[in-house]
Amino acid sequence: MSGNVAGGRLRGLTLLVATKKGAFFIVSSPDRSTFELQGPAFLGHIIHHVIADPRDSHTLLAAARTGHLGPTVFRSTDCGATWEEAQRPPAFAPARDGRRKDAVESVFWLTPGHASEPGVWYAGTSPEGLFRSEDAGAHWEPVAGWNDHEKWIEWTGDGERANPGGSPLHSILIDPRDAKHMYFATSTGGVFETRDQGGTWDLLNTGMMVDFQPDPHPEYGYDPHCVILHPQEPDVLYQQNHCGIYRMHRPQARWHRIGYNMPKEVGDIGFPIVSHPRNPDMAWVFPMDGTDVWPRTPPDNRPAVYRTEDAGQSWQRMDAGLPAPAWYTVYRQAMATDSRHPLGVYFGTTCGEVWAGLDEGSRWQRLAAHLPDVYAVEVAEFES
Amino acid sequence: MKIGIPSVLASYTDGARSVEAAGDTVAALLHDLDRRYPGIRFRMVDERSRLRPHVRIFLNGEVLRDLATPVQNNDEVVIMQALSGG
Repeated sequence: MSGNVAGGRLRGLTLLVATKKGAFFIVSSPDRSTFELQGPAFLGHIIHHVIADPRDSHTLLAAARTGHLGPTVFRSTDCGATWEEAQRPPAFAPARDGRRKDAVESVFWLTPGHASEPGVWYAGTSPEGLFRSEDAGAHWEPVAGWNDHEKWIEWTGDGERANPGGSPLHSILIDPRDAKHMYFATSTGGVFETRDQGGTWDLLNTGMMVDFQPDPHPEYGYDPHCVILHPQEPDVLYQQNHCGIYRMHRPQARWHRIGYNMPKEVGDIGFPIVSHPRNPDMAWVFPMDGTDVWPRTPPDNRPAVYRTEDAGQSWQRMDAGLPAPAWYTVYRQAMATDSRHPLGVYFGTTCGEVWAGLDEGSRWQRLAAHLPDVYAVEVAEFES
Repeated sequence: MKIGIPSVLASYTDGARSVEAAGDTVAALLHDLDRRYPGIRFRMVDERSRLRPHVRIFLNGEVLRDLATPVQNNDEVVIMQALSGG
């Protein structure tokens, strides 16, 4: 399967918007004064993630589930002008351990590999599979150290759906100092770490809570919604969990719940978290209502981003420009930043809007509306 | 042998809704179809060689369950894709 995208090559600062019914592109003018909506590409396909390769200026991958036709990856090597399907999409190797969920249902997450390994990409799937490509997404191989791990069934709950969208492996992070040092997260296990590029994996859950269980500190069974690693200070990790906001500073191996410093009436439940690419003490979250039956709407129906400038010791509410009341959710992949001065922060909503805060989130403007449910927002800088 | 292709898979066959494939079982037909139209088989059959949900293959008007079912040159094979969801 291949396809072309109306508008041709993407140019300049571009938001890559993955939605329930296709991929959209919001192209900025050079000074971010105007934004143009382009697309959709893959209309009718479920697109979970679209991301550009920061190691070159032209490669994009899109994680897709094509209705009932199963999972795949689409790839473009000309800045989105033309796309082709992966020749070998992510698929599990023959199961050796009797697991019940033994076929990939959807490709959920994509991460470009280490700077020293051009063409290498990683994909996370539902159920929780990890895959690696060495040819920019054309062919994918299972990472056996995880997919065939002797504790896979135990750690994943046998791949049973951990949430309404499946049971994804997500937040694949690569230490910019060491291609062999990686992390990822799952919704029934927690955070996992490898120092041999996926050959062996260890839990990294100490300090997290799962506060609805009799034992709030089990060995595994946590639900990290989104984990990030600071690109310039890779010893700094942040996490938005089902049960709180956390920060870890390696070589410590303990999460600290910085969400306790959020206003009590707002709480520290949500899906996404992003950090400032030049300041490891700055991060943004989008809290949601995690009380009662978990409506996953903004607390008190008043949408707001919260920003910390001191590594989570304090948080500032940033809701200027966001209409209330509103009842949407921002998913784990649907918040991103650019690298401009001042920093632009972006998020997409389940009601099909994309918002920008071009002054570090101090004031919000709507860039797009009436899109399908937004699953992911990423930022790319193509040649102008 | 002529194979009927559903609209959702026509992007793999350059829009053709009826294509040729060869084989003595349905499984062999699907492998040959994939050789001619790369990628199309994985859209119908997962990595465990199971038909994906909502995909049905009709042999002479009868839905079949077993991909090992033998076929002959004068058989009619039609692939169907049920749609659901929103």
